Parts: sequence; structure tokens; C-alpha cells
Amino acid sequence: EPMLNSRNRLNQQLRAKLSPSHIEVVDTSGGCGASFQVEIVSEQFEGKRLLERHRMVNGALAEEMKDIHALSITKAQTPDQWKKQQESQTSQ
Amino acid sequence: STRCFAALSPELKTTLDKVVTSHKVILFMKGTKDFPQCGFSNTVVSILKAVNVPFETVNILENEILRSGLKEYSQWPTFPQLYIDGEFFGGCDITIDAYKSGELQELLEKASLS
Repeated sequence: EPMLNSRNRLNQQLRAKLSPSHIEVVDTSGGCGASFQVEIVSEQFEGKRLLERHRMVNGALAEEMKDIHALSITKAQTPDQWKKQQESQTSQ
Repeated sequence: STRCFAALSPELKTTLDKVVTSHKVILFMKGTKDFPQCGFSNTVVSILKAVNVPFETVNILENEILRSGLKEYSQWPTFPQLYIDGEFFGGCDITIDAYKSGELQELLEKASLS
């Protein structure tokens, strides 16, 4: 199995567990690989409150969380919310 | 994935029940409100100061049992952890989001009236 860096592992886990329509994982550690920012859009967030959505992300990364110093979930949206936000941004 | 929680002992659970309800707004954080030792904890302290609500902080860096116990109790892997009216509200990102949307101010107003 090829060695994956943490960012790829996070990406892979989130894709496998939450089948996002959009995902962006940013390494905010400045290279040490222990601090990340996640932006994720998934149908699985439909009908769930923000706390529940964040729990789903944390749960998907339970194994990885042991090595991560800080995980910041800056966005956990449904495809609808994401679309609306994109539209309002481009219309400005 | 396998998520392995060592079961909370009933004694520790009872203690945590008491701690999280000891104040209407209580923040478990790294450091104290006057001396936060982590940017995320600092952010939540700043928000609580900005909404001008009385709150208590508990430094989890000084108590390893509390630190590991709360992770299980809240089912939340990181700190800070904000509790309002004895209920887990969220970590840093959720608090920022709720502050921006006004949901936090609304909830705190309700909590102080109840």
C-alpha cells in the first residue's frame, strides 16, 4: 500500500464515508501535517443540524483524529446550500 | 471505522453531569479566559466576551481525567467545548458559525431568561 500523506488520507476517508459533491482539505500546519481545514458538501448532511454534521465529519476521521492536532470544519453544507452560496457569490 | 471509547465510569459520568450544569455557560478550554493557550480556545472566549454573557472557563490542560472524560461525554474529539444550559453546543467552528448567523445570541438570550 502506498504511503499517503495526511491530507490525502483525510480526503480519501471523507470521500469514502460521506460521498461529497465538493471537498477541499487544506493543510494549515505549514508543513508538519497535523492541522487541517475542511470544507465539505454532501447530500448526507440533508436534514441534519450543524453539530450533527460536524459529528459525522469527526466520526469519519476518528482514526486520523488521533494524530491530528487541529481540525477546523469551515463548511459542512448540503448541495442546495452550496449551490445557493455559489450563486449569491457570483451575482455580487 | 472502529471507534474505541473506553466506557465512562458511572462516577465520572455523574461528576461530569454536575460540572457541565454548574454554570449556564461553561467553556472547557486550553488555558483560562484570561490566558488562553490555543487560538481556537481564544476565539470562543472572544465571542463569549463579545456577546457579553457571563461564563465560566475550565482549563482542561490541568486535569487529564476531565480532558479524556469530556471527549467521551460530549462525543467530541477536540477542545474547546462549549456547554450552554447543560447541553453540548459545539466546538470553535460551530460557535463561530452560530455567532455569525445570530443563532448563538438568540440561544443565550433564551438561556438567560429561563
